[in-house]
Amino acid sequence: MSVQVWTYAFVILTFGLYIGIAIWSRASSTKEFYVAGGNVPPLANGMATAADWMSAASFISMAGLIAFLGRDGAFYLMGWTGGYVLLALLLAPYLRKFGKFTVPDFIGDRYYSRTARLIAVFCAIVISFVYVCGQMQGAGIVFSRFLEVDIRIGVIIGMGIVFFYAVMGGMKGITYTQVAQYCVLIFAFMVPAIFISIQMTGQFIPQIGFGSELLDGSGYLLDRLDGLSEELGFPTYTDGHRSTQDVFFITAALMFGTAGLPHVIIRFFTVPNVRDARKSAGYALVFIAILYTTAPAVSAFAKTNLINTVNNIEYTAVPEWFTKWETTNLIVFDDKNGDGRIQYVGDPEINELQVNRDIMVLANPEIAGLPNWVVALVAAGALAAALSTAAGLLLVISTSVAHDLLKRSFMPKITEKQELRYARISIFVAVLIAGYFGINPPAYVAQVVAFAFGLAAASFFPAIVMGIFYKRMNREGAIAGMLAGFGFTAMYIIYFRFINPAVDNPENWWFGISPEGIGALGTMVNLAVAYTVAKFTPAPPLEVQKIVEDIRLPGDI
Amino acid sequence: MADNSAQNYWKANIKIVLSLLSVWFFISFGCGILFVDTLDTIRFGGFKLGFWIAQQGSIFVFVGLIFAYIHLMDKLDDKYKLESANARDTEAGGDSE
Repeated sequence: MSVQVWTYAFVILTFGLYIGIAIWSRASSTKEFYVAGGNVPPLANGMATAADWMSAASFISMAGLIAFLGRDGAFYLMGWTGGYVLLALLLAPYLRKFGKFTVPDFIGDRYYSRTARLIAVFCAIVISFVYVCGQMQGAGIVFSRFLEVDIRIGVIIGMGIVFFYAVMGGMKGITYTQVAQYCVLIFAFMVPAIFISIQMTGQFIPQIGFGSELLDGSGYLLDRLDGLSEELGFPTYTDGHRSTQDVFFITAALMFGTAGLPHVIIRFFTVPNVRDARKSAGYALVFIAILYTTAPAVSAFAKTNLINTVNNIEYTAVPEWFTKWETTNLIVFDDKNGDGRIQYVGDPEINELQVNRDIMVLANPEIAGLPNWVVALVAAGALAAALSTAAGLLLVISTSVAHDLLKRSFMPKITEKQELRYARISIFVAVLIAGYFGINPPAYVAQVVAFAFGLAAASFFPAIVMGIFYKRMNREGAIAGMLAGFGFTAMYIIYFRFINPAVDNPENWWFGISPEGIGALGTMVNLAVAYTVAKFTPAPPLEVQKIVEDIRLPGDI
Repeated sequence: MADNSAQNYWKANIKIVLSLLSVWFFISFGCGILFVDTLDTIRFGGFKLGFWIAQQGSIFVFVGLIFAYIHLMDKLDDKYKLESANARDTEAGGDSE
């Protein structure tokens, strides 16, 4: 069977599974719709959280980014998993104890203020939309390359599926489809990685193959990769090339940003109690770590394979995958010296090959010459990763609108049934908008994603942490802090990325911090401003202090 | 009395979180970023140590940290539950002790 037939088989099979789960898990109350009834077992919540968390970026882009960044790529690995430690230790158990539906719920109640709630709603919606667009774009790439359908039809199919189970089942439907999607995506990621590890190093476990000797007798994998890079004029793979303070701040910004992502935080509202919230955080990180420790191994395998396969071969003799990816413009060959061979080197003057980072994972099995069914599996896995995250984000948008904006702020009198209807309508609208951006992606998606992390880091994360650990923090301080942190981060990014991109280089950056890392400084600004303002304004009312005391205790265990 | 044990609980909780986060900071920002070049001079198998911590080791440590947290907090919760139950008993018993 051809790759395309296999892909159709896997995609139809997995999509059928998701739809089946959606029908089985219909939501009938707002509690089921928002937090799956609050009785998801910790193991299931761990898997769902892992799928929710690992987006198209983790599955499709991350290994490719690392393959081109080398050791510096660690800021993605440590940033995204290390942020999870902050989430598990500083936020998840307390927010579960607080026991409401959304993050703006917490901000609004803790800071006894509609303004604070609305700022939180605004941040949640902006962050989620930016993210959803990325997911839809990822799904679009997979559809157009593997199923060879028009990218528009691909996005519409993807949106249709998400819409179906998100609208029907709400959080309940999303939770159980995410469990299935985790299984699909981890299988799809691991099978090719294991195959390639065996093929190149004879090791069954990719994490061990990463540090093993190559079977062709050319020494350790990483030494060989360093040697190849040097030979062709690329930066050495296992050395750092960015300044230490920049790597430090980018890692910190990704950590704080990750801990403040609303769609992941709300997953902890779905378990029965605080103890289960902690336990499911542990399971989730195990499930995440399986992919995250494999990804850097995949990066090294894929980079070595790519160089060996394409450098200095006759253009007419390239393998089939090469021409297929060329049609999507993700691989571009320009025969500068006219010798009919591909020169893939570090010097941009003579380099003739542009490889898009996103295809390193998707093309990896083909580059390694693995069986067709393995190649097809990757497509199903990438779709599972994109759709599971998109569904979680759409739910955040829908609860923010129906619950925080309408029920809690502007239309407190609506009944539960009406609220549920508004929640479904807002998912529908959100799906349409996300679909539009998936089909017409803004040219600067990567930049905007950095923006979303900075925003979450500089607004949500400090406000929630202080809300739990600093009882004296009041309304005035939190609002001033969120506005200052958000404003500072936004201005820095907008200045360097949109207003004056010509000066976007280390000499002009403050303290050598790139716009990707500025969110970490934004967090500090938020904390400093909030603390100072709170010092000079009245303490929060007693009943709010009581809430804080209450969320600090374990409650009914 | 119950207030007292609540305060102790919170203090113990802070201590657990801070000690785990100092390991978190040391491994990721310390070994993975600040001292990575020094650690890279040490090799094991095909890895340079600093590179390995930055791309693999830190993640294993993170998993360990969360499970340590689960274990320590479960123990603390049990202790607190016992203490506050005792406190309630004493209050209910009135002048017994």
